[in-house]
Amino acid sequence: IVSTFNNYNDLYPDWTQREVSTGTTIMAVEFEGGVVIGADSRTTTGAYIANRVTDKLTPIHERIFCCRSGSAADTQAIADAVTYQLGFHSIELDEAPLVQTAASLFREMCYRYREELMAGIIVAGWDPRRGGQVYTVPVGGMMTRQPVSVGGSGSSYIYGYVDSNYRAGMSKEECLKFTAEALTLAMERDGSSGGVVRLAVISEQGVERQVILGNQLPKFSTV
Amino acid sequence: MATVSVCQYHRGGFSFENCKRNALLEADINKLGFSSPAARKTGTTICGVVYKDGVVLGADTRATEGMVVADKNCSKIHYISPNVYCCGAGTAADTEMTTQIISSNLELHSLSTGRLPRVATANRMLKQMLFRYQGYIGAALVLGGVDSTGPQLYSIYPHGSTDKLPYVTMGSGSLAAMAVFEDRYRPNMEEEEAKRLVRDAIAAGIFNDLGSGSNIDLCVITKGKVDYLRPHDVANKKGVRTGNYRYKHGTTGVLTKAVTHLNLEVVEESVQTMDTT
Repeated sequence: IVSTFNNYNDLYPDWTQREVSTGTTIMAVEFEGGVVIGADSRTTTGAYIANRVTDKLTPIHERIFCCRSGSAADTQAIADAVTYQLGFHSIELDEAPLVQTAASLFREMCYRYREELMAGIIVAGWDPRRGGQVYTVPVGGMMTRQPVSVGGSGSSYIYGYVDSNYRAGMSKEECLKFTAEALTLAMERDGSSGGVVRLAVISEQGVERQVILGNQLPKFSTV
Repeated sequence: MATVSVCQYHRGGFSFENCKRNALLEADINKLGFSSPAARKTGTTICGVVYKDGVVLGADTRATEGMVVADKNCSKIHYISPNVYCCGAGTAADTEMTTQIISSNLELHSLSTGRLPRVATANRMLKQMLFRYQGYIGAALVLGGVDSTGPQLYSIYPHGSTDKLPYVTMGSGSLAAMAVFEDRYRPNMEEEEAKRLVRDAIAAGIFNDLGSGSNIDLCVITKGKVDYLRPHDVANKKGVRTGNYRYKHGTTGVLTKAVTHLNLEVVEESVQTMDTT
C-alpha cells in the first residue's frame, strides 16, 4: 500500500522519489470449506513507513474480505464504495451476497476508472452457493477466479515458492502455514513489505483473524 | 486491424528528463555567482496520542512562507466539534478551510441525528472530500477525539487515505516526533505522562526540523472535557536585547545648519466626517 503525495507538496523530506510500485504482499488460498487470506502490514510514503501495522485485509461483508495493494487512498475509497454497494444489494436480496458479486463490483469500478486508479485487489470469501472462492482483480481491472493468488510488489519474489508448494486439497492448517511462510519470504526480500503478518480464515462458521508478530515469523535459512 | 496509437502516459517513478538541462543551468548560474533556489518545505510538526482517558493532540506554531517565518504563533489545532479536534499540516489555507467545512457539516449532521458527533464520521467526511480532489488539496491531518465509542486517533493524508492508530505524527518534523513516540509510547498512559510525551515529541520536531519552531500547543480531549492549552510550552522565547542603539542628543556634533522655508499657500480646506456608528 502506498500513500503518495504530489511532487510539489513537500510534506515529508523526499529522500527518494515516491514509489509508484504497489508496495505490499497479499495472498489468498482456497481450501475445502473456506479461504485463507494474508497480508503484510507496511504502508510506505517513499522510503518512510507511514504505518507499520496496517490492516490490509478489509471486510466487505460478513464473510467476504478484500486484500488491498497499490495506492492506499484509491483502495480505501474503492473498498468503502463496494462495501456500501454490496450491503445495499444484500438487503435488497435478503440473502448473503455471493463472493462473485463482490468481485464483480470491484472489477466494475477498477476497470471503469482504470486510468485514474492504482489498485490491485484480491477478493476472497465464503458463500453458501459455491463455498470458498478467491477472485483476483489486478491493476487494469481484469477479474478471474484462482485457487491461489498473490499480489503486490512482494509477490514477484514468491511466485516460484507458491507454484512449487501449492497442492490442491490442502487443509485449513496447511493453508495457514503455506500463506504465512510465503508472506514471510516475500517480506524478507521486498523493501516495501514488512511488519507483521495478518491472517484470516473465512468459512461457514465465520471469520477467525490472527497476527504473527516479527519475532514469531517462520525462520528460513540464516544467510 | 487498425493500429490505434495510445498516448503514453507517464509511468511513474523518477523522471530523469530534466537532469541534463538542470546540470547545465546550475553550471551557468554558478558561473554568474548566484545559487539556485533551495527546495521549499511546508514545515510543521503535529502529533497525537491515545491515552487512558482520551487523546492528546500537539502541534508547533510556526507558519513558513518559503524560508521566511510568516507567523511565529499560528494555531494548528482546529476545532471540528466539541469532542473532536484536528491538527493540520501542509498548505495552511487548505487545512484551515477543509477543517472549517467539515466542522460546519458535522454540526448540521449532529443536529440531524440528535447525537454528539463521532470521530469516525469526521474521518469519513474528510477522507471522501480529499479523495474527491485527488490530492490537490494539500491537507495532512491528525484527527482526534472522544465519542460514545471511546477515544480515537486518525491520520489523514492529502490523497484521502487514513490510518487509525494509537499514536501518529505528520509534517516535516514527523520523523523527529515519531522517534520520540517509538521510544516512549506505552498503551494506557496517565494524562501527565501522555502530555509530557506529546510535548517532547513536538519539541523534537521544533529543535531538529527547520520547518517547525516557536511554541508547543496541546489539546487534551477526554469524555466531556477539552483542555485547549495554547501555549502549553513557550519553548522559544524571544531574547531581550542587552544593548541599545539610542544615543543622547549631542552625541553627534553639528557642523553646519541650513533651514529652507517652503512657502505653501492653503488652497482648499475641507472636512469629511467618518461614520463611526
